[in-house]
Amino acid sequence: MGEAGTVILDGMGVRRSLTRIAHEILERNKGVEKVVLVGIRTGGVHLAHEIALRLEEIEGGTVPVGAVDITMYRDDIKGHSPHHPVGKTDIPFSLEGKRVVLVDDVLFTGRTIRAAMDALMDHGRPSCIQLGVLIDRGHRELPIRADFVGRNVPTSLKESVVVTFDADNKPIDVLLEKEER
Amino acid sequence: MGDAGVFNHKHIIALRDLSADDIRLLLTTAENLKEINSRDIKKVPTLRGKTIINLFYEASTRTRTSFEIAAKRLSADTVNISPSTSSSTKGETLSDTALNLLAMKPDIIVMRHNVSGAHYFLAKRLSCSIINAGDGAHEHPSQGLLDMLTMKERFGRLDGLKVAIVGDITHSRVARSNIQGLTKMGSQIFVAGPPTMMPPGVERLGNVTVCNDMREAVDGADVVMMLRIQLERQGKTLLPTMKEYSRYYGLNRETLKLARPDAMVMHPGPINRGVELSSEVADCDQSHILNQVENGVAVRMAMLYHVCGGGAVEAG
Repeated sequence: MGEAGTVILDGMGVRRSLTRIAHEILERNKGVEKVVLVGIRTGGVHLAHEIALRLEEIEGGTVPVGAVDITMYRDDIKGHSPHHPVGKTDIPFSLEGKRVVLVDDVLFTGRTIRAAMDALMDHGRPSCIQLGVLIDRGHRELPIRADFVGRNVPTSLKESVVVTFDADNKPIDVLLEKEER
Repeated sequence: MGDAGVFNHKHIIALRDLSADDIRLLLTTAENLKEINSRDIKKVPTLRGKTIINLFYEASTRTRTSFEIAAKRLSADTVNISPSTSSSTKGETLSDTALNLLAMKPDIIVMRHNVSGAHYFLAKRLSCSIINAGDGAHEHPSQGLLDMLTMKERFGRLDGLKVAIVGDITHSRVARSNIQGLTKMGSQIFVAGPPTMMPPGVERLGNVTVCNDMREAVDGADVVMMLRIQLERQGKTLLPTMKEYSRYYGLNRETLKLARPDAMVMHPGPINRGVELSSEVADCDQSHILNQVENGVAVRMAMLYHVCGGGAVEAG
């Protein structure tokens, strides 16, 4: 992992960003009717739960949260570093006709999002998919952009952006790390 | 996290060759892939463009179909070749057949062969991955893995489980793969069978205790795994009569009562009803035979995925 990097968004900043994203989701979708959240494993799932809490606090009712694992939809089966085994996709509700907000922690090349959208399509036909991310660090390789962004952070390709979580999967802060190699 | 995600094997020929971490990874992947099999659209694009040849020198319905479905759910292209339609009946050697198939650029050959070790012979000569779907009386790794997955789902662990394996141990590759795998995962194995079907030295294969009486093996077991008596082969020479076999080594309600009350009954199929398993036991709540078949697809998906270089996920 390397040494601790520079904090680019502290705990308060993260919480405010998530609250603002929740409000933007409500505004765009005129409430929470038909809205479901699907987080990308693993950071995106934790954030999706945080956003769902805020949506429920503001509007009442419940907002379903699912998890999608994109391993089986990657475009580089051999190219990535082996760290976790395949995770489980867990979407315990129908996506048919739903307004799906896909949630990830960091938006980078866009390839993860492409894979996640393919995975969602295999689960049904949502009426629309929107994308919410805590950090947009640029360097897109595909024509993908986020609908809701916590913070835009210009980065170099040698750096990495890490969203840290505590033992209860609550976000702590966001670090910018210089990558060795 | 960390090392648990690396799978460094190009071939899967025997559970003997895999470490406990390898087995754990395959089982975790299989558990997580199971969800795909209950979707409306039972397909992911992972192995798109990969070609898999199922080369079966011995008859098989369940295993071949299961491998084929597993490959198709991962979007690989599959071709099935069986000896009656292939050139082995015209005198071609295994090596020549394989080299000819290799010229057509498959990524994986899934093979069942009646000669133990045939897969090691091919692995040395071919550049593609080889997966063993059963070789002679040696191993049947996918069956061993699916059995372990079924036990793990039921009990949440493999460590410390008491597993009884009853039947023709000598000719059973299912027994050998289970003994190899379960030993690595910390289970205790008790085997029982007619003396003519008990290979000398079986206790040296792993954490195995040989029991003279089936009741001894089943006593207090968490899992009772019954093996198929191969009526068409061993049935004639190694056993006096089927009735006698069934009386001493068949599992019925009475014998099952010796096991733990929540014990699971397993069988690799196809069952000879009334021989190694009474019908009422085969169909009872404790029977997990159909779960085994269901888990077979997920386990084979995990095997195909990992030999193709699929290790893991990490953000992007």
